[in-house]
Amino acid sequence: MSACACEKVDLTKEDAALAQLLDQYRDYKGGLIPVLQEAQNIYGYLPKEALQKISKELKIPFSKVFGVVTFYAQFHLKPRGRYIARICLGTACHVRGGAKIFEAAKEHLGVEAGGTTDDLRFTLETVACIGACGLSPCMMINDDTHGRLTPEAVGEILDRYE
Amino acid sequence: MANVTLTINGVQVTVPAGTSLLDAATGAGFFIPTLCHDPANPGYGGCRICVVEVKGARALVASCATEAANGMVVETESPAVQEARKTIIELLLANHPTDCLTCEKNGDCRLQDYAYRYGIRKSGFEGERHSYPIDNSNPYITRDLNKCVLCARCVRTCAQVDDRQVLDFAYRGFNTKVAPAMDTSLGESDCVSCGRCVAVCPVGALTFTSLTGKGRTYEFRKETVTCSFCEAGCKFDLNYKGGKVIAVTPNAPGEGRPLCLKGRLGMELRYVDKPVTPMLKKDDKYVEVSWPEALGLEDVLARIKELGE
Amino acid sequence: MNNLNELRAKCKEIYEKKLSRPRVVVGLGTCGIASGGDRVMKAIQEEVAAKGLDVDVDFTSCIGMCYAEPMVEVAIPGMPSVVYGNIFPEKVPQLLESHVVNKKPVYEWAYIQIPGDATPLEGIDVMEKAPYYEKQVRSVTARLGRTNPESIEEYIATGGYEAFEKCLSMERQAIIDEIKKSGLRGRGGGGFPTGNKWQFVYNAQGDKKYAVCNADEGDPGAFMDRSILEGDPHAVLEGMMIAGLAIGADEGCIYCRAEYPLAIRRLNLAIAQAEKYGILGDNILGSNFSFRIRIKAGAGAFVCGEETALLNSIEGQRGMPRVRPPFPANKGLWGKPTCLNNVETYANVPNIIRNGADWFAQMGTEKSKGSKVFCLTGKINKTGLAEVPMGITLREIIFNIAGGIQGGKKFKAVQSGGPSGGCIPSEHLDTPIDYESLAAIGSIMGSGGLVVMDETTCMVDVAKFFLNFTQLESCGKCTPCREGTKRMLELLQKICDGKGELKDIDTLERLARVIKNSALCGLGQTCPNPILTTLRYFRSEYEAHIVDKRCPAGVCAALLVYVIDAEKCTGCGACLRACPAGAITGEKKQPHSIDVAKCIKCGACITKCKFDAIKKA
Repeated sequence: MSACACEKVDLTKEDAALAQLLDQYRDYKGGLIPVLQEAQNIYGYLPKEALQKISKELKIPFSKVFGVVTFYAQFHLKPRGRYIARICLGTACHVRGGAKIFEAAKEHLGVEAGGTTDDLRFTLETVACIGACGLSPCMMINDDTHGRLTPEAVGEILDRYE
Repeated sequence: MANVTLTINGVQVTVPAGTSLLDAATGAGFFIPTLCHDPANPGYGGCRICVVEVKGARALVASCATEAANGMVVETESPAVQEARKTIIELLLANHPTDCLTCEKNGDCRLQDYAYRYGIRKSGFEGERHSYPIDNSNPYITRDLNKCVLCARCVRTCAQVDDRQVLDFAYRGFNTKVAPAMDTSLGESDCVSCGRCVAVCPVGALTFTSLTGKGRTYEFRKETVTCSFCEAGCKFDLNYKGGKVIAVTPNAPGEGRPLCLKGRLGMELRYVDKPVTPMLKKDDKYVEVSWPEALGLEDVLARIKELGE
Repeated sequence: MNNLNELRAKCKEIYEKKLSRPRVVVGLGTCGIASGGDRVMKAIQEEVAAKGLDVDVDFTSCIGMCYAEPMVEVAIPGMPSVVYGNIFPEKVPQLLESHVVNKKPVYEWAYIQIPGDATPLEGIDVMEKAPYYEKQVRSVTARLGRTNPESIEEYIATGGYEAFEKCLSMERQAIIDEIKKSGLRGRGGGGFPTGNKWQFVYNAQGDKKYAVCNADEGDPGAFMDRSILEGDPHAVLEGMMIAGLAIGADEGCIYCRAEYPLAIRRLNLAIAQAEKYGILGDNILGSNFSFRIRIKAGAGAFVCGEETALLNSIEGQRGMPRVRPPFPANKGLWGKPTCLNNVETYANVPNIIRNGADWFAQMGTEKSKGSKVFCLTGKINKTGLAEVPMGITLREIIFNIAGGIQGGKKFKAVQSGGPSGGCIPSEHLDTPIDYESLAAIGSIMGSGGLVVMDETTCMVDVAKFFLNFTQLESCGKCTPCREGTKRMLELLQKICDGKGELKDIDTLERLARVIKNSALCGLGQTCPNPILTTLRYFRSEYEAHIVDKRCPAGVCAALLVYVIDAEKCTGCGACLRACPAGAITGEKKQPHSIDVAKCIKCGACITKCKFDAIKKA
């Protein structure tokens, strides 16, 4: 994992919060899940370095920490954006060029499916059908549905979300 | 401890209280297949292939994890048991490469044995299969997770050594896999290549790289030797093929001491006819090293040389 | 030993003072908030302030009529209190003006009235006589929608902690005997006799014991535990304290799913209040009984509703079930004897102790005593929460309480017990609700979700829905569930896609049988139930999908053909413009037609057609 300098500066404040959190839980039986929940609140996700620190401080093998993180749906190993853009690739959207919309979104955001932009604005996902076939091709950004998209319009709509 | 008496397949069997149904039945000469059962770590009960029918029970029970009790009436091959076992084998085969012809474990594979015993020529199920890349990043252990049956024997064996615990389950459901932290390759993990996990794998998911392509398991003759590197005295197997020692594999750890890489390399140097150059991890990469370095004897050799001069 | 008499008197005074004042009470359970209750609350507060009305604004939890949320109660001393439904912010000024200022209830918005000592109003159903409540009992749900759930004073004023206080002076075995005598059985689904479970933990050897509450309500379509936690959190705490006292535990833990933030918040508040009054803590009321309760939030795994997986999760591990025996009663949390009950079970305990085992046991059937809370959802007129005596029939619940099927459609099936339960067809509608009767027809009592389906529901699709759920939530430990649910789902998908063969039914049946027989945990063993029951009662639907390549309910997209009824089509062109595939052609004002080869069956045209001219066949 490459860590750029700006990320490092940001992390120190969060690292301090994590250290404080771990102090609270060091002698707490069964503290791993609450610690992971709170660590995710601190970082927005669970970075590898934080997991390593949790493993070391709570004296729980790293492999086991990873096993717990990947078991529960609540935990994320990668940062998630403030906005989740879901591009519909259902049949209706497919015949109306959903794939081109998806390409346009990928290009505009510079990430692949499942990826998150560096500024943590967007996470790009695909979805099988959002039930707005009459408006195809379409996408959802958080809870807003956008329909009758063209590849050109995608960037403009995404830019509306700060 | 008191004894209990139960009936297994119509035969009265008396065993000490606390004995599992599996041990009671096998002790009485009945066959029960097992995949996840590890006598050193009993009671996992995950693979379900050892299920038996206990009269009056709501469902079949895993014989490895159920204690024998007075008056129990047990059937180890009833129609329901056979149906369950056959279906479980089919389910495992539906997600398992059937490349037995070239598999290292051919002839020494539980899944193969049970498929043979229960007459499963091929799985009746079609659908999604895993396709994990084969992990040969560790020079001593080859990992093919496509063959893994998730019996957790490797996980449980690795967990017995406090400062190792390199492997655990990751993800869940159909996507469950055995993985080191962050789902890295074995080579990138903290694995010290002791090989205990390979020794307990019931299928071809974990194999010794040193034996790859060297022969069929039934061509080997094993001879157990005791390592003399330290006072623990771990056991290793010499694998003979046609009078020559092809490789040394771990057998059982000594008291209070896990099997170590240095010990095994030492045994290889001592017994293997043409030992391959050892490899050690340096700066997160495996590199070829000299035998003195592999065995940590550089200082001693230097001192001998010095005194000799 | 100290007692609660002084505190109780103080609480009663506070509560009676509140009741003597005019009040406007908003239902702020999760469903109330989701339908806009918090906005209504704000509108009321603003209106009261703007007009300077002499009225208290309060909130309560869910009274159970989810279909009528947001709900507002107006209580004017001396008059029956009236509960209004579907009150949105724009209705607030008129409501307050009429009922609070002019003392004239708004009849057309009223759902029920609670007269108390006053003379009932004409034209509004009295709660107990209203169709929704007539067949109900209100025992566990008595405080829901009636008291402020964030006030321990109101809990105590309405009889709260009396049972616990009574237990402090009882022999521990006598408490367990009382629970046994009541016939209470586990409300989480299994139906194990609660008293026997307590007895096991009582008998188990151990220096430390735990009382754990399972609040990981994960079944789709079930929310009774959430409603109880949000509406009467102290009752759950009190039930746990009584259990702790009886079995000899000094620590309790509530494992609540993280998806219930309001329940977690109210529980935490309730614990803090009880600690403040010395009802929870060390040497409670001067006795030698000490008890603490902690909350653990789940992290998103359905399987943690299984008791041994739940214990692993509390311990900070992957939520994979353990083999049983040993049972939690002997070796549970941290290897210590543990009493594990669900929310509704614990919430029943104070009432049983207070009113006596005989009072509880007179409700229900021979083997299933007391009442059960159900969640009514699906294609019914009145969705919501209903507490009924055991032994009532499904027909009474669906047609009397829930008001029958929406849109006058035909009842087809009801799913009880969530993904572990089964689909019950109309011929079994007169089955009495009790543990044994539901099991006999292939379903289970489960936690209490009832999802009603009508003729437009495809039973193969329903089975697929549940299998998709269990397959995603399988923990992966045992082979039958991990690999078997995946293959069952694939077979169901194949049938819905029109590629099924008759032998697939046999394979499904075999897989279902084997998983039921050999999976490790209760969830695995019951997950084939939706398939087994739909195959048992709706086999012809499976056959129609496979043999005729037809989905009788018109749900499975791959098996449908969209056609335009030329008689009804006006040629308006709405469908043509809506079609994403360009499959519809036709001249203006002439009947249009659909090119089956181009049609992708998305349904966009049907949604757009105003003349009901497009049919799925």
